[in-house]
Amino acid sequence: MDSFFSHTLAAILTIGIISFLYKDNPLYKFCESLFIGVSAGYWFVQQYYANLLPKLFDNLGITRMLGAENVPEGALQKLFLHGEWSEDLLYLIAGILGVMMLLRLVSRIGWISRWPMAFIVGSISGLYFITYFQSNAMRQMQNTILPLNSFNNLVLIVGTVTGIIYFYFSKEHKGLFGAAARVGVYFLMVTFGASFGYTVMSRMSLLIGRVDFLFGTWLGLVK
Amino acid sequence: MEFFEKLMSIDRRVIFFFVGVALIVPFFLDIGQKIEISPEVQALYDAFMELPPGSKVLMTFDYDPPSAPELQPQAITALRLCFDRNLKVIMIGLWPMGPMQANLALGTIFSEKKYLDKEPVYGVDYVNLGYSPGNELVIQRMGSSIPATFPRDFQGTPVEEIPLMQGIVNFSNIDFVFNLSAGYPGTVEWVQFAVDRFHARMGAANTAVQAPLVYPYVHAGQLTGLSGGMKGAAEFEKLTGFIGKGTKFMLSQSFAHVIVILFIIIGNTAYFVTRGREKRS
Repeated sequence: MDSFFSHTLAAILTIGIISFLYKDNPLYKFCESLFIGVSAGYWFVQQYYANLLPKLFDNLGITRMLGAENVPEGALQKLFLHGEWSEDLLYLIAGILGVMMLLRLVSRIGWISRWPMAFIVGSISGLYFITYFQSNAMRQMQNTILPLNSFNNLVLIVGTVTGIIYFYFSKEHKGLFGAAARVGVYFLMVTFGASFGYTVMSRMSLLIGRVDFLFGTWLGLVK
Repeated sequence: MEFFEKLMSIDRRVIFFFVGVALIVPFFLDIGQKIEISPEVQALYDAFMELPPGSKVLMTFDYDPPSAPELQPQAITALRLCFDRNLKVIMIGLWPMGPMQANLALGTIFSEKKYLDKEPVYGVDYVNLGYSPGNELVIQRMGSSIPATFPRDFQGTPVEEIPLMQGIVNFSNIDFVFNLSAGYPGTVEWVQFAVDRFHARMGAANTAVQAPLVYPYVHAGQLTGLSGGMKGAAEFEKLTGFIGKGTKFMLSQSFAHVIVILFIIIGNTAYFVTRGREKRS
């Protein structure tokens, strides 16, 4: 009975969202607003229980300080009660940076939020510089240096070279250079076409999933 | 001519109707469809088959319910394959809903007759370590210490108390990584961190929309195999012999594709015919 009720509710919401295909309507608006509200609420609770509570409050010992006895001693208890250093104390820095980020909401001292932002941008860009260079540039370039002994290799090399020529704007696209750039455009078009085809397949799959739910799980018409 | 002009201004709801019919009708048909195996999916299957019994497979569920029609059948197939080959499965998620998708997949498998008598043992044959926030930084940290990144499993049990987790420190103790990905963080991040930095051996299953971005990693040898979208799911099911929803859904997928192609042809024909008429006049 419970599952029938939840399935019926889910089916009504699914139909409500799909009804937008006909035209905008109050049921669609209701389902859309409900989805946004539930998502935001779920996200907040999830982040609290997966992030703030175990990583910050538990590790530092704040939850224990507030009376939770089933949580092991945190870094602050270890430091002040036993005089032990714990690397979990580093979470304090993360917590302070988090608070600084929230100061963005106070217009008078909002500038403080630029410091944690600078920390994030600096560390992430440094990390990404290495990973993207290694995985998406070097390894892919290495994979393009191939012997011209098969049609596939030929297509790969011609596609890569002409594609790069198309994006070279320091020389006018005329003559042989222009022809190569034109070939590059055709390769790009084929790439976009393949990507679009895959996107169509992906979106159809989402709809198939809902149709399976409506006719199979909910109505039981499909086994 | 008037007919083509009408086609040019056809109501989009007519197209939605035909696509809807093309998707729904195959659910009630009992028609088999030939599924060709692509080299990428074959390579993925071979990678699983090459693992000796007892090998540790890290399955990462980086997707949520909207992507389940494409990725859930692949998760179920991969889990079945692991249990049948006696591979040990460690499940995690970089998406909050990922570990719940893992539990749903396990529920589907364990409801089958085959597993009712001999259900794999939690903590010994498989474990769900849950979700950890931090996106790619979680992978980076796993390269140093998996127990430090996931100190407790999904149910709150400390990893030191889980037999399967004994002796697992980092990626060097994992024989194969299988990533199910619907976006960020997903296969791209796993390749960048787990494969290229920590030299993990990895295969992936992706949503179709993401697959074209990931194919270059297969050809560069960064991924051992790749299964893209519902088509990949159907191929994977065919190879393993576990026919599931991936295969079942492919008929609807094919019908819908035929309709889309027909409308593209009709639209272009109408466009060129009406444009020719405009030029002449």
